[in-house]
Amino acid sequence: MRNKIIVLCFAIGVFCFSCETQTYEHGKLLYTNFCENCHMADGTGLKGLIPPLAGADFLKNSPEAVPCIIRAGYKGKMTVNGKEYDTEMAGIERLTEFEITNIINYIHTSWGNNLPIVQHPDVREQLKACEKNTKPF
Amino acid sequence: MRVIFILSIVCASFLMACQSNLRPETLPILGNKDVGPNGDTIYHTIPDFSFIDQDSQVVNNASFAGKAYVADFFFIACPTICPKTSKQMLRIHDHFKDNPNLLLLAHSVAPKYDTVAALNRYARNLGVESKKWHFVTGDQAKIYEIAGSYFSIAQEDPTAPGGFDHSGRLILVDKNRHVRSFCDGTDPEDVDRFMLDIQTLLNEK
Ligand code: HEC
Repeated sequence: MRNKIIVLCFAIGVFCFSCETQTYEHGKLLYTNFCENCHMADGTGLKGLIPPLAGADFLKNSPEAVPCIIRAGYKGKMTVNGKEYDTEMAGIERLTEFEITNIINYIHTSWGNNLPIVQHPDVREQLKACEKNTKPF
Repeated sequence: MRVIFILSIVCASFLMACQSNLRPETLPILGNKDVGPNGDTIYHTIPDFSFIDQDSQVVNNASFAGKAYVADFFFIACPTICPKTSKQMLRIHDHFKDNPNLLLLAHSVAPKYDTVAALNRYARNLGVESKKWHFVTGDQAKIYEIAGSYFSIAQEDPTAPGGFDHSGRLILVDKNRHVRSFCDGTDPEDVDRFMLDIQTLLNEK
């Protein structure tokens, strides 16, 4: 009996673990397809033209703004790690709430970033606020 | 002791032999060849051009007299490969920054949007100067035509992302206007190899 429980726990553990990496794999794939051209495979961006995602204080300071930027884009000045950027990012409208959640979690756990995992319901709320054009930042 | 000495010489010569096997001392001249009236070979040559750069200067063949340069084609609002190729061009720029014999030349394939002012801002945000890296705009048909001479494509295409189509190729041109090497500007490893080619060319007498 005891053995069975241990085996079961182990199996559940493996299952959960694989689920999680699966999510980031999905996020990684989406990142490669939709973000990498600009923000680069290593998240470093492009000099004064495109801000980095690796080590970006923006992700830490304004996490609630990120889903909206991904969906609706961003026009105007923004400051990332003390540097000002002013290149328009076009929104990527076809990404679903789930896909956006997965991309953010990939970014939050890559290139040395160690940011909290975001949950789908929160992303949904932030995207709703975005639709109403009440930008939280 | 003697044995170690001899062994190390053997090793060293072996390594050197390997290296010269891997890296040719000269680069080939690429493109179609013709035979001239005197039986000499006429190589593919970049034709005359004249464009305007980010500091409103005329950039033509004379701007590269006695120098090699790396050319590419891009546009500012490009949502696809351009930032990647620009990042690799920037790597080449930084690596050869202090070598006066290498310049860079980026052609806009969307010259009606990429004005002198827009190119100036783009270059400033990349932190580069026109004396090393020209970003040029000009007559669209002329730019598309010369892209062919660089074995690149450039065309306006409403179905392409951003409305313009072009290849992400980086092209190495020598001081005699011959194309000597090229690479895929979106592939950092191919650019590594390309940078060795640039060094080989710069080492040529
Ligand atoms: C066409 C190029 C391009 C693409 C593709 C792109 N971005 Fe951006 N992104 C930008 C630019 C440019 C800015 C800065 C906007 C400004 O200066 O106003 C930016 C800003 C951001 C920011 C806020 C600043 C920062 O660095 O933290 C985030 C987050 C972001 N992008 C995430 C993404 C994600 C996720 C994707 C893919 C789903 C993506 N971007 C796709 C160009 C792009």
